[in-house]
Amino acid sequence: MRWVPQLTILVTFVVLVYAGFGLPEFGDVEAPANTHVSDHYIEHAYHDDHTPNIVTVMIADYRSYDTLGETVVVFTAGLACLLLLMRGTRREDEA
Amino acid sequence: MIRRQENVILDVITRIMVPFIQIFAFYVIFHGHYSPGGGFQGGALLAGSVFLQRVVMGRERSLSGFHVKLGVPFGVIGILVYGGTGLVAQVFGGNYLQYEWLPFGLDPVWARNTGILLVEIGVAFAVMGILISIYDNLSAREGEGEKR
Repeated sequence: MRWVPQLTILVTFVVLVYAGFGLPEFGDVEAPANTHVSDHYIEHAYHDDHTPNIVTVMIADYRSYDTLGETVVVFTAGLACLLLLMRGTRREDEA
Repeated sequence: MIRRQENVILDVITRIMVPFIQIFAFYVIFHGHYSPGGGFQGGALLAGSVFLQRVVMGRERSLSGFHVKLGVPFGVIGILVYGGTGLVAQVFGGNYLQYEWLPFGLDPVWARNTGILLVEIGVAFAVMGILISIYDNLSAREGEGEKR
């Protein structure tokens, strides 16, 4: 059963690479992201939120879920730092 | 062992600076709707004001400002504020983080405006808490602090 993790990683890798070929070209003007979404944001941002700063509306409203993940990533990275450093704490078995 | 010298000038300047830095941090958070800024930047500024106290006043004396133990709890509170905003909107009938449904009795546009503000405050708390706790952990002396 040792090879199960490696196999899982390999299969995921292959699937992701295969999926990667389905993405639009970098900088493609015809890509959906460049034809609908940006225009929609620019047109509707102020009327949806009464907020002149479009960036804020995108980050905290349209893509709020993404920002939640971002915050959790920052928090988790910080916790990992704390666990790795672990200074200022003593374990029970020492001294 | 190097002893920290009490320096009156630094001390007084810090006392004057810290409230202004914190006011500016809150300005950045609350004015994120109208100008560049928001939770991440404001949180970093709040953390910066605490770093200044820690550096100038020393660890022991600055604890009355922001205790070492508060760092991680603040981070957790921030994330809970963010996630809670989403959950409240969901409980009152919308989708997760769909601010129109927040029960403030505002019309949908202003409810979304308020939702953004709540979320930014959550982000600011999380960033501030985790930055401060990393600094405290780096600056702690070996073996100092409570047993675990």
